[in-house]
Amino acid sequence: MSLLSNTAVLLGKELRTEFRSRELLTTTVVFILVVLILFSFAISPTSEESREFGPGLLWLAILFAASLMLQPCFLREQSNDTLSSLRLAVSDPFSIFLAKLAANTLFLLVTEVLMLPLFAVFYNIPILPELHYLLLVLFLGSLGISIAGTALSAISAQARMRELLLPLLLLPLLTPVLVVSATVSVALLDRQPIVQWKGIAFLGVFDLVFLTALWLFSEYLLEE
Amino acid sequence: MSSLHPPPTGLRFENIDKRYGGLLALRRVSFEIAAGECAVLAGRNGSGKTTLLRIAGQIVRPTHGKLSFPGDGRRPQGHSRPGYVGHSTMVYDELTAEENLLLFAKLQKVESPAARAEGLLLEVGLYERRDSLVRTFSRGMRQRIAIARALIHRPSVLLLDEPATGLDPLGITWLANSLRELNRSGCTIVMSLHGESEISALATRAVRLDAGSVIADTKTGASLRDILMFGAA
Amino acid sequence: MTKRVILAAVAILLVIASAYASFYIAPTERTMGVIQRIFYFHVASAWAGFSAFLICFVGNLFYVWKRKQQYDWLGVSGAEVGLAFTTVVLITGPIWAHPVWGIWWTWDARLTSTFVLWLLYVSYLLLRTLVEEPDRRALLSSLFGIFAFIDVPLVFGAIRWWRTQHPQPVIMGGPGSGLDPTMKAVFFFSAFAMHVLMVSLIVERYALEKMQTEADFLAREVEVQ
Repeated sequence: MSLLSNTAVLLGKELRTEFRSRELLTTTVVFILVVLILFSFAISPTSEESREFGPGLLWLAILFAASLMLQPCFLREQSNDTLSSLRLAVSDPFSIFLAKLAANTLFLLVTEVLMLPLFAVFYNIPILPELHYLLLVLFLGSLGISIAGTALSAISAQARMRELLLPLLLLPLLTPVLVVSATVSVALLDRQPIVQWKGIAFLGVFDLVFLTALWLFSEYLLEE
Repeated sequence: MSSLHPPPTGLRFENIDKRYGGLLALRRVSFEIAAGECAVLAGRNGSGKTTLLRIAGQIVRPTHGKLSFPGDGRRPQGHSRPGYVGHSTMVYDELTAEENLLLFAKLQKVESPAARAEGLLLEVGLYERRDSLVRTFSRGMRQRIAIARALIHRPSVLLLDEPATGLDPLGITWLANSLRELNRSGCTIVMSLHGESEISALATRAVRLDAGSVIADTKTGASLRDILMFGAA
Repeated sequence: MTKRVILAAVAILLVIASAYASFYIAPTERTMGVIQRIFYFHVASAWAGFSAFLICFVGNLFYVWKRKQQYDWLGVSGAEVGLAFTTVVLITGPIWAHPVWGIWWTWDARLTSTFVLWLLYVSYLLLRTLVEEPDRRALLSSLFGIFAFIDVPLVFGAIRWWRTQHPQPVIMGGPGSGLDPTMKAVFFFSAFAMHVLMVSLIVERYALEKMQTEADFLAREVEVQ
């Protein structure tokens, strides 16, 4: 199918571009690291409190990092007007978004997986027991962040003060993801772990709703 | 260039308006470029040349009016879509010349994309630099990769927005020769230019815009020279 | 013009009437006392605000589809008026909470969700100030408005679920916490009054936006000459 093959080609482009410079990955990893450390200075949690607050702080750090990481998404396409050439070349503009959100989700996940061991060490929280569920939540949450973030970065790239604008648009919109992901993560990392399937299902619904909205409006988001 | 082109196609503007907020960038622009012509669009900065070319390239939609490609029964897509060379290269700096052309060839579902990319690189004289990042290219080379990208899908109409800007004399000669060959093989060319040059000498037609309206046309008797030099200080 | 004046007058009269009803007609609530009367404004404002956002959403959808600037005027009017009513909700909430619970704010599910709603539409208006070209501004804000509105049920749902994990005092008692018939009547009358006020405000804001756009257009025409 044309949509999938175009998406695959574009995804290849996104990944190749990023791995040449590695700017996004390195800055995102460093950012989350710094935020996690600063949080612990500000709060100095005891071991019990860490279990309760830690996951929430992790998700906050991920959200902040993502809202920075997502800015270049469409700005990059402005310097040489490549957005125009892409729009002309593809039959379905949704493929441009799909490729970008897949790349963004991947970058976020790579960052999170790199951060997890450090998070476990700093906050004294064993993550191995429920790791597979934790990864599931990270995946669904990061997917939601990417879908909404990719859509909104197409909008903010066309406005002034875009560096400040994207977080302002994105963070309120992602409140459901933050709240649910954090709650599910806390329950997973508790001394007696529980898997909250309702929360996980909710994240899936969020992802589906915004993916559908993005699909319906992708042409207009790229309009010149 | 030896690339085969589909049957000759013209370009027709019918009552094109383009409004940006309160500003009317183009007002009732109507004219037609015949298939196989090499046309020049002249006018001062801000006269609407770039806007009109972007509409012709289907990057921007007009507020009112109709764009069509007579001589081509199919709807504008695939081959009938013009090739567009703008102020920017419209390729990725962080990819190599070859990677860029491959990318666009694959996206546009060109047959044997790798062969096509290689062929184009040879034609524009960038084959030796095919593995260099576009970021490292000189202005002349950037122009060539931009043209190569525009030609990937073998368009029958090629649009160029001030293609001579920033080129040294050798670059201008190369451009003139390439455009001449393209035109000879049947490709309709529409380009915006400032003043006379080796490139404007190729023109068989010229139209001048001012404040979004057509004010002179060689078809209605104006001379090419006048159109190009009109109002030059 | 006169229709607008009549509408505004009717709206004001209805609001005054509902205020009177809230204070003098509705019986005093058993446990909370006089402060409970703020409920009539608080919840009525919430409903009116939400209706205004719904109007904004409809305007946004129609703008993306039809591209007529009138829909954009409807969108911004709905957003601003909705934001005004939502601000009233966020202020009356703590005013109620303080005498009853002794605290200004609990992260009560509905109030927290309303706060996020408020932030979303503040962002909508902020986005508008950062895009200069009118057609672009209308399109971008309509798209964001659509995303924001479909997010609203998700916000309310997520926060309510979150609250079931960590229960907190609920402002104004749980839903349907026993309203007697007179209270119900007063409440629905308040809600009606607020909705009429909301419509009047949107009409006025729309007229203002229309005038502003036309003035800008004329100014630019003069400049070009």
